[in-house]
Amino acid sequence: MTEDGVVARLSSGMTIGVGGWGSRRKPMSIIRAIARSDLRDLTLVAYGGPDVGLLCAMGKVRKVVYSFVSLDSIPLEPHFRKAREAGAIEVEEYDEGMFLLGLQAAAWRVPFLPTRVGLGTDLLTLYPALKTVRSPYGPSGEPASDEGEELIAMPALKLDAAIVHMNRGDAHGNGQYLGVDPYFDDLFLLAAERRFMSVEQVVPTAELATLGPVQSLRINRLMVDGVVEAPGGAGFTSCAPDYDRDETLQQRYAEAAGDDDAWAAFVEEWVNA
Amino acid sequence: MSAVRRADVCAVALAEVFRGDGEILANPIGNLPMIGGRLARETFEPDLVMTDGEALLVQNAVPIGAAADSAPKVVEAWNPYRAMFDIVWSGRRHIIMGPVQIDRHGNANIAWIGDDAQRPARQFLGFRGGPGNTISHATSYWVPNHSPRVFVEKVDVVVGVGYDRAAALGAAGADHAIPRVVSNLGVFDFETDDRSMRLRSVHPGVTVDDVRGATGFVLAIASDVDETRVPTAEEQGIIDAVDPAGLRYREVPDP
Repeated sequence: MTEDGVVARLSSGMTIGVGGWGSRRKPMSIIRAIARSDLRDLTLVAYGGPDVGLLCAMGKVRKVVYSFVSLDSIPLEPHFRKAREAGAIEVEEYDEGMFLLGLQAAAWRVPFLPTRVGLGTDLLTLYPALKTVRSPYGPSGEPASDEGEELIAMPALKLDAAIVHMNRGDAHGNGQYLGVDPYFDDLFLLAAERRFMSVEQVVPTAELATLGPVQSLRINRLMVDGVVEAPGGAGFTSCAPDYDRDETLQQRYAEAAGDDDAWAAFVEEWVNA
Repeated sequence: MSAVRRADVCAVALAEVFRGDGEILANPIGNLPMIGGRLARETFEPDLVMTDGEALLVQNAVPIGAAADSAPKVVEAWNPYRAMFDIVWSGRRHIIMGPVQIDRHGNANIAWIGDDAQRPARQFLGFRGGPGNTISHATSYWVPNHSPRVFVEKVDVVVGVGYDRAAALGAAGADHAIPRVVSNLGVFDFETDDRSMRLRSVHPGVTVDDVRGATGFVLAIASDVDETRVPTAEEQGIIDAVDPAGLRYREVPDP
């Protein structure tokens, strides 16, 4: 399918999870298609990078569920920062590990997973929807002799849709990463109702296992509803070993946050083109 | 003999943060903390485990900055982000983070400044790993620009747990520890009766009053405030090798 085909299967108001991490292996060709579309009021769930920043800047976002939004080599995402400081978007904040547990809970179809992470911080007061739970067991899982430990109940981060970008895949939805880190792309897909994967290159199924170790075949077709062949589809974020981050383009993207004319030109050239 | 440079003193102080840690993941964030971690492992804490800054655990002192790209890496393990949480929650880790604000109890903010979570005056990193780090294992802090805007009476949002809040958690706070805070002016700990921040040593050329004046809360002062030690010749050689471009001098200029 195409990027616009993915957009056609999304709708305004949806909660959309985006794979990758910071400015690494983000499905930017699909993000750009969303930016061009008439979708709006989206809730984004991501280890955020320019996916979040771009869609905030394009007015597509109602809410961001995040623990950070970063361009890595530029630690603070300027478009996200601008939207936050203008009060233009709502947020729900979590620790990075809580975020993992929320995706895992959704993937495993349980309502929450328990953790100590978040205890003692301001998360419980800032976000009163976040609850604690009392352990029915003792510290080593034994039957509790008295009142058990109080833990944070990290809610499932259930997604209407998820989009990820991988290095290679086949037409059926089997996907392969060839870089050093799978990030959490499998969990985003498993947490979602509608699942889309763009890949640098679609190859015959029989080739996949010849391109890298079997452990690199992180995504299987049970997790994916649609595949987009998108060479360069993660650019300007990194997609090692196919390409590194385009720091020059990222720099332009970042600097344009402070200049309306530069931003309009950047959108014309990079988003609308 | 040439005058010792402040950034090199900070590198040694940041290395000392890991003294006694043994075989744990030393995970210093930022240039000077990374130099400190590498220095500790090359000298007095050889069992420390360290990352390449991404998904690998590397055994050798890979330099920081552009020099890292061409440097050989002795890879000892694969450690993608998902595996990092296994280490964090196992407790076998000591991180150095850079707070936007920190209070006398060690409550730290890296997320944002302001009084409204939905519209901050200034957005910073977000919660990142702060809550998980501070509840699970040792967390030290590095402040390259010591000022009353960083060392504050009350942080705008508690992301990293301080000693007062950890104590209130009882058993759940048992793994909490803030061994050191290091700034460009001195070294601090929480070895006081009420576990409030205490000045432990001042860097050469800094007075106790300098530190007091740059701190936005009443700081406990050790009865015997030392001068932070300077690098040995061996340590200076390692620091120079890990940071051949001198990035540390940009982070902490000489006074």
